[in-house]
Amino acid sequence: MKSIVGLRYVWFIISLVVIIPGAVFFALYGLRTGIDFAGGALWDLHFVTKQTSDLNTDDIANVFKANGFDSAQVQISAVKIDGKEVASAVVRTKELSATNPEQQQRDILDALTKQYGEVRRESLQSVGPTVSGEATRSAAIAVLGACLAILIYMTLAFNKAPNPFRYGMCALLAMLHDVLVVLGVAAILGYAIGLEVDAYFLTALLTVISFSVHDTIVVFDRIRENLAHRRAGETFEDIVNHSIVQTLPRSLNTQLTSIFTLMALLLFGGATIQNLVIILLVGLISGTYSSIFNAAQLLVVWENREWQHWFRRQAA
Amino acid sequence: MRNRDITPFLFILLITALSSWITFAPDNTWLGRDVSVRLGLDLQGGTQVLMKADGIVDSEVMSTAATVIERRVNGLGVSEAIVQLSGEDRIIVELPGVKDPEKAIETLRGTGRLEFIDTKGQFLNDGTVVRTSGNPDPKLPQATLDAAAADPNNPVPSIDPVIYQSITDGRDLDTRQVALRVATDSVSSRPAVSFAFIGQSANDLATFTAANIQKPMCIVLDNTVVSCPVVQSALVGGSGEITTNTREDAEKILNQLKYGSLPVSLSIESSRTVSATLGANSVQASIVAGLVGLIVVAIFMVVYYRLPGLLATIALIIYTIIIFAVHKLVPITLTLSGIAGFILSIGLAVDANVLIFARLKEELRNKRSFLRAVEAGFDEAWPAIRDSSASTLITSAILFLFGNSFGVSLIKGFALTLALGILLNLFTAVVVTRTFLRMVVRNESAHATWLYEVGSDPDVSEQPAA
Repeated sequence: MKSIVGLRYVWFIISLVVIIPGAVFFALYGLRTGIDFAGGALWDLHFVTKQTSDLNTDDIANVFKANGFDSAQVQISAVKIDGKEVASAVVRTKELSATNPEQQQRDILDALTKQYGEVRRESLQSVGPTVSGEATRSAAIAVLGACLAILIYMTLAFNKAPNPFRYGMCALLAMLHDVLVVLGVAAILGYAIGLEVDAYFLTALLTVISFSVHDTIVVFDRIRENLAHRRAGETFEDIVNHSIVQTLPRSLNTQLTSIFTLMALLLFGGATIQNLVIILLVGLISGTYSSIFNAAQLLVVWENREWQHWFRRQAA
Repeated sequence: MRNRDITPFLFILLITALSSWITFAPDNTWLGRDVSVRLGLDLQGGTQVLMKADGIVDSEVMSTAATVIERRVNGLGVSEAIVQLSGEDRIIVELPGVKDPEKAIETLRGTGRLEFIDTKGQFLNDGTVVRTSGNPDPKLPQATLDAAAADPNNPVPSIDPVIYQSITDGRDLDTRQVALRVATDSVSSRPAVSFAFIGQSANDLATFTAANIQKPMCIVLDNTVVSCPVVQSALVGGSGEITTNTREDAEKILNQLKYGSLPVSLSIESSRTVSATLGANSVQASIVAGLVGLIVVAIFMVVYYRLPGLLATIALIIYTIIIFAVHKLVPITLTLSGIAGFILSIGLAVDANVLIFARLKEELRNKRSFLRAVEAGFDEAWPAIRDSSASTLITSAILFLFGNSFGVSLIKGFALTLALGILLNLFTAVVVTRTFLRMVVRNESAHATWLYEVGSDPDVSEQPAA
């Protein structure tokens, strides 16, 4: 079982293979931002007496247009409520007016009711440009703040180990790995199935960050402990490998219990938080991978200053 | 059982009993206190708006505005509503379970400035938007602008530039004398709101009406003409009334006038409305997901870790009871993302136990005695538990601050539940499981190795005997 550290470049390459396609999608298409960050309004309407076949996206968009909402994007689907199938439309428009949103809502609902019979507004969110701009800024600050706070905490917590700053930096790099994986997957899913990046996404991302560090700390804690009881002839690489093997059952078991609870949420938890759960699942799996196969290996790379050999090795 | 374990055991028993009492309190009343679960907007339906003051305001104006809105909310009879200042010029209003959210928000943010204006003998149509000396720069309603924009032949509507002199000042309205009047006679069956001015405004009104008998005078609410009665006689005492077409309209005006006028006009920056049915569906789904998650984790723990796993499962149930008790007692509003945070924290709660049991197994493999293995397992797992909990607490705090900075209570709920879960989990994993394990291993019959599944982990051969 020495190979967990020995094969470190294989693990790094696997990480890259996962990250690069996502990065390409990210570069080409970016993230599909929800109204929390892009502004706008999202209407979830139920047409109580209609079937999905009675509805037409263009007709609904035209009702919105006649009431001052140009270029409404309409998605029609069937929803089960109390065992009864109900036609539903999710409509994304520009944000409601700041001065008279109440009248706008009534106008739209009246116009739709006239055409389709009883219409229920299941939910409606509207986010103005100032708020969405602030949300984007706060999101960036939150992610950077979390990174910085964790770097500082790790450096302090590992101050008895040699080179405490390295532990912080390597945990941060492993975490960055997970952030990249999540952003990449979000970009791909945004392109493929229209997954939107909203406040829930940010919540999931920050949770992934904290869980990733959580996992890494458990491995690093073992390394710290084993270093203190270092035996003669043991290299740093041996100690790291040994520490990873020792924490492996715990890493996998914790991962499993989290996957159990998240699967329960995904299957039974309702549609509202489905995106949150998908992102959490992706992030937690990536977090476990990075804490087993990347974080501690980076410590070894740093200890051996292997980057000095990277290009020479290729030449040889 | 030795003395050392009795105190923590009794403590655990006490906490669990107390929490169960609160969590399962009959009629949701505990010691005369209402401890029903408070559901967030996404679970019980309702509306949340973020309103921003127009123009530059100071903190005094904003706190007055918040007080006025709070009084109006109470006037609407919405329970558990939240009115909160956010930043320098924003107010967050949450109205859970409100029936007609549009009407409610309209009522809350209508300025409620009532004026008599001198129209120099002119009649104005009801609904006309006018400039007054009290507020010379009003906005046209959106509906008027939309209607005009739909027809390109119409000129862009604008407000008549004439500024009418206000005879009264909205601040002199005597809020105690504002009342709803529903006439029962057949002559005037339209509902009305009666009111009275006092102080300087009452005097001015008396002087003006005395000098303008048989001339029209207009009543204006928030720069919109309500009516233009002809003055019959001098109005002494400053009282008057506004008739409306429907009782709802009358109630809206009543609410706005009765609780004072807003010192500043508010526009809506963001809003979120959820229907009660969607909320109820989410509650159902979350309960099922939570139960399934708990059961699957419990099965996994017992199958994989045997006896310690069983003890950890009991600790997990205690954890769940306590966390519910805390939510009910404080009370912490339960939101959908909060429930997700809770279900995620089940995984975290198990993690601390997993760490400890992994250590315990190692110690048992090294042929330590059971008692010493339990102690060593906890002591050696502690730094990892401490550091990983701290890092999750740090991110929870950042999430909470982030959620606070733009008024999204959904994110705050998640962060709060996650942080609470981690703190409680330190208690259940370290105190509860440890005490249980200590007590159990004192019993010889609990020493059978199959109860601990010691054998098969991969690193046994690599661990040189100490």
